[in-house]
Amino acid sequence: MVHNDMNFFLIFLSAMLVNNVILIRFLSLCPFFGVSNKIETSLGMGMAVLFVMVNASMVTWLVFNFLLVPFDLQYLRTVAFILIIASLVQFTEMYVRKNFPPLYQALGIYLPLITTNCAILGVALLNVDYSLGFTKTIIFTIGSAFGFTLSIVLFASLRERIVLAPVPKAFAGYPIAFITASLMSLAFMGFSHLLGL
Amino acid sequence: MARVKREKTLGQIFMNGIVEENPILVLMIGLCPLLAVSGTANDAFGMGVATIFVLVCSNLLVSLVRNFIPPQIRIPIFIVIISSFVTVVDLTMHGFQPELYKNLGIFVPLIVVNCMILGRSEAFAFRHGPVRALVDGLGMGIGFILVITTLGAIREILGNGTITLFNTELLNLGENYKPALLFIMPPGGFLTIGFLMALKKKLSKAA
Repeated sequence: MVHNDMNFFLIFLSAMLVNNVILIRFLSLCPFFGVSNKIETSLGMGMAVLFVMVNASMVTWLVFNFLLVPFDLQYLRTVAFILIIASLVQFTEMYVRKNFPPLYQALGIYLPLITTNCAILGVALLNVDYSLGFTKTIIFTIGSAFGFTLSIVLFASLRERIVLAPVPKAFAGYPIAFITASLMSLAFMGFSHLLGL
Repeated sequence: MARVKREKTLGQIFMNGIVEENPILVLMIGLCPLLAVSGTANDAFGMGVATIFVLVCSNLLVSLVRNFIPPQIRIPIFIVIISSFVTVVDLTMHGFQPELYKNLGIFVPLIVVNCMILGRSEAFAFRHGPVRALVDGLGMGIGFILVITTLGAIREILGNGTITLFNTELLNLGENYKPALLFIMPPGGFLTIGFLMALKKKLSKAA
C-alpha cells in the first residue's frame, strides 16, 4: 500500500513494479490486449498514456482538493473525474495537433482511445484514496505510466514471437495471450515485498 | 453477408446478449472488472449485480431521452447518465454492503469506464425504444454476470476450496484439500479466463 509518508523512490517503485497497473491491479486490459500486436504501436500507446495520465492526475487532484473538498462534495468525484478526463483528452488532442505536429503524428491515433482507458481514472481515484500530496501524486502517476509501458512493451515482444509458435488450435489467438499474461503476472508477483513494499 | 432487415423479437434480443454477442466471451469487453474482482464467487456476483443495475438503468434512460439528445454531443451525455447511476450504486453499496464495498475497492467507481455500458448506449439504446433497450440491457447484463460468477466460483474452489454466494458457504472441499493459492491471486485470473476462452472455442467448433 502506498501512503504519503513514503519517500519518492519507494512510491515510484511500488507504482511501477510491485503494484503494476496491468498485471497486478488489472487496470486498462483493453489496450493491453488490443494494441499489443507490435512493439512500435505499444510503445506509442505507452507514451500517450504517460502524457495524458500525468495531466489528468494533476487536474483531478487540484479539482478534488480545492473544489470538491471545500464544498463537501466528495461523492461527486466519479462524475467530476470522468468529465475532466474526457474533456482533457479532447483538449490535449487539439493542443498537440496545433503546436507539436511531430508529436501528434506519433501519438495522434492513440489519444481518442485513452478516454475509456480505465487506468487513467483508476490512478486518479487511487491518488485521492491514498491521500497523496501534489508532488507524490505526480511521482505515483509517472511510476504507474512507466509500469504500463513496461508491461505492454514486454507483452508485445512476446506476442510477436507467439504468432510464429505452434499453439494448440483451441488456444490460438486470445486464449494463449491470456496464458502469456498470466505467466508475466506471475513473474511480477516476484516483486512483492521488495524493499518492504 | 446480406442481412434480412427484420425486427428482432424481444426474446431474440435477450438471448443475443447471453449467447451470440456475449460481452465477455465474444466481444471481449469489460475485462478489467471481470478479472480484478473474480477472486471469490461472492464478490464476482456483487460486481455483476452492480453492473446489471447501471447497464439497465442507463440503457432505459438513454432510450427515453434519445430524441432530445443532439447527436454531436451524445457521448458526454451518455457518460454523465452512466456516472450518475454509478454514484447511486457507490453510495448504496457503501451503506448496505460495507464489506463487499471494501473488497471491490476502486472497481465500483470504475464501472463508469466499463466499455460494455457505453457501448450498449451507443450501439443499441440510442437507436431503439425503451422496452427493447431494457431487454437488451438485461440480456447483456445476465451474460456478464454468468461469466463473472462462473469465473469467481472456479477461482474460489481451486484457490480456497470453497464456494460462497450470498454470504453463505455453498460448498467446502474440507481440510484435506490443499488450495492452489495461485488462483485467487492475479495470475490465476488471466489463467482461468484463458482456459475458459479456449474451452468455448473448442465447443463452438464442435457444434
